[in-house]
Amino acid sequence: MFEGFDPVILARAQFAFTMSFHIIFPAFSIGLASYLAVLEALWLWTGRDVFLNLFNYWLKIFAVAFGMGVVSGIVMSYQFGTNWSAFSDKAGPIIGPLMAYEVLTAFFLEAGFLGVMLFGLKRVGPRLHFFATLMVAIGTLFSAFWILSANSWMQTPAGYSINDAGQFVAADWWKVIFNPSFPYRLVHMVLAAYLTTAFVVGAVGAWHLLKDTRLPGPRVMFSMAMWMATLVAPLQILAGDQHGLNTLEHQPTKIMAMEGHFESHPHGAPLILFGIPSQAEGKVNYAIEVPKLGSLILKHDLNAPMAGLDTVPRENWPPVPVTFWSFRIMVGIGFLMLGLGLLSLFMRFRGKFYESRLLHSFALAMGPAGFIAVLAGWVTTETGRQPFTVFGLLRTSASVSPLAAPAVASSLIAFAIVYFLVFAAGTIYLLRLMAVPPHHDEQGPAGNVPSRAAGITPAVGATASGRAS
Amino acid sequence: MIDVAVVWAFIIAFAVFVYVVMDGFDLGLGMLFPLFPKKEDRDVMMNSVAPVWDGNETWLVLGGGGLMAAFPLAYAVLMPALYTPMIVMLLGLVFRGVAFEFRWRTTRERNLWDIAFAGGSLMATLAQGVALGAILQGIVVNGRHYGGGWWDWLTPFSVLTGLALMAGYGLLGATWLVLKTEGALRDQAYRLSWWLLFAMLAAIGLVSIATPFLDAEYARRWFAWPNIILTAPVPIAVAAITALLMRSLAAKQDYRPFFLSLALFALSYAGLGISMWPYIVPRSITIWQAASPDNSLHFMSYGVAVLVPIILGYTAWAYYVFRGKVRAGAGYH
Repeated sequence: MFEGFDPVILARAQFAFTMSFHIIFPAFSIGLASYLAVLEALWLWTGRDVFLNLFNYWLKIFAVAFGMGVVSGIVMSYQFGTNWSAFSDKAGPIIGPLMAYEVLTAFFLEAGFLGVMLFGLKRVGPRLHFFATLMVAIGTLFSAFWILSANSWMQTPAGYSINDAGQFVAADWWKVIFNPSFPYRLVHMVLAAYLTTAFVVGAVGAWHLLKDTRLPGPRVMFSMAMWMATLVAPLQILAGDQHGLNTLEHQPTKIMAMEGHFESHPHGAPLILFGIPSQAEGKVNYAIEVPKLGSLILKHDLNAPMAGLDTVPRENWPPVPVTFWSFRIMVGIGFLMLGLGLLSLFMRFRGKFYESRLLHSFALAMGPAGFIAVLAGWVTTETGRQPFTVFGLLRTSASVSPLAAPAVASSLIAFAIVYFLVFAAGTIYLLRLMAVPPHHDEQGPAGNVPSRAAGITPAVGATASGRAS
Repeated sequence: MIDVAVVWAFIIAFAVFVYVVMDGFDLGLGMLFPLFPKKEDRDVMMNSVAPVWDGNETWLVLGGGGLMAAFPLAYAVLMPALYTPMIVMLLGLVFRGVAFEFRWRTTRERNLWDIAFAGGSLMATLAQGVALGAILQGIVVNGRHYGGGWWDWLTPFSVLTGLALMAGYGLLGATWLVLKTEGALRDQAYRLSWWLLFAMLAAIGLVSIATPFLDAEYARRWFAWPNIILTAPVPIAVAAITALLMRSLAAKQDYRPFFLSLALFALSYAGLGISMWPYIVPRSITIWQAASPDNSLHFMSYGVAVLVPIILGYTAWAYYVFRGKVRAGAGYH
């Protein structure tokens, strides 16, 4: 069994599978951690109960999602060694320190303050508790910083040299960290995380407003989420465009795959809206295209020449159909998000923001949109980098562990079974939490904890409760 | 000679040790779950570690990530060699990690997540112990790659180290319960501590007897003159700590059993260090051969020097916030 399979394909499938599951959770928890910090700040500032209720409501959801993010993330950190050991040996001196800094600045910060954030409000008092919430939120952003730096370096390597053992060695850490595509990627990803969360929060708010438009919690969360969509969705489209220009400069083959440009266009390239790309034939069948628009978007000039994949050796082609389609899914969702943001703005001015069933239904339907867009975006950028792990320098086929196909196949099957079981259950629990509206006097994950620490330290416990009240 | 590679060997060893003792007690507690069938007892057990387990497990990520960063060659050789135990460990950690939250979100399936918590803890512990044994017995290296088969890790010796770690984590878990609980639960934890202590001592003994037979160099290191002057204190200290631990268990002390169990772990760990030094992949790759280029190590050294003390500081604070006994009904959830 599996002897006919290529270990490289299996290792890639395993990485893609575990990564796709994992990315969902950080995308959600980066945004949600910031949202929680904002809610708690608003509560401290205004003293309005609705913010505390919302905070505790979303805190429970955060706890479940964060737990799933942590466990799927530990898997990722070891997969470099188990399935990509040759990559670890060669790129470890550069990727390793970046990930070590992620652990030191981000993971510890999140994990260290998470307990206080989840269970400690009555033990440490609101101010210290807000500090803990803030640390968790900052931790998630630090994490995005380092992991995107590492990923971007693999996309647009800079500041390195290669030593006698064939390892990448940093010549200039500044250039390694702030490599050419990093700022674009970081902005694009953090905005994506914020949008993802906003659309989940908005959908939950919409769901409850559809049943009762007077609920105070859902009104507040729906309004906050829709402001986010209105303001950030256009910003994200702009950021994506800038990121695209950067990719054209540093990874032109990826752009060719995204655009479906098998052929060069010396006098202005069309924008292919839809079509069926064929890797074997080297063309896009049934293409619906707008002449010259591709050049206009990518080079801001109708007649600018664009090179196609025919200028690149075939063995360096990315898998075009996947990149082509995932890119279209991401962009399509981006424009739907913009549409929802504009519709919500229109309804605000019409004074029907909390009453419009059309708006609420649309927002509800868009609940998972962020996750799909994030996944599609990752597929675009990761498959577009193929057939390299370090773009242009280290081939994927030279990065894998010296493992037999059955070993990789059986671990892939094990991961698939466990992930589907565990994360299906988690999704059900999340939906259950979201199905009830936040109510008055909402409890956090801590529930009704007696603020007095039992046993040996009653005096200190009593002061803590004094501060909390 | 002390150079940056040696410093990093100690940093990685430190991270792994902190992981072993910190996640050790919460993994041990998970393995003890089946012995505490009452829901209230299990609530208390879980709540005693719920606010800190995530921080504990982060040391594993530092150990693994740090190994890749500081000794990429060792990481690239060890991980494929330990492929199966690593996958089993990761899957075990997935099960038990989600159980912390899922358990409180359902009444119908709570039993299922209790099983996942206990089973996942057991899988992870066994896999870690087996991996340790597999490393100690030596790993086949071919150039810059792992050169052995994918069942090499499974030997009687690695099964023994797997069981030894189960006993050890179990002891940490039981003495942690002594520290954090009251009443009947604590009484049972005392009783379990005795059994687990005996099991751990037996395991340390067996592993110590078996190790010199794995390789002549291990034997020379421990027993040849003048090394024995340096190595002899280790078993003597083990005996002394054991005596103290037995006394504190008999006297039903709260704190000491846990910290004395930690001391036993520290001694066993030092013993492993004596056996392995200066190899990072025993008998094949030394720390200097595996070390990352100096500029990678230097770059990370700044971060470690500044950040690790801060991390230890707020970790200690988190433990301080949740100090004291945990009671049934005083659930965090």
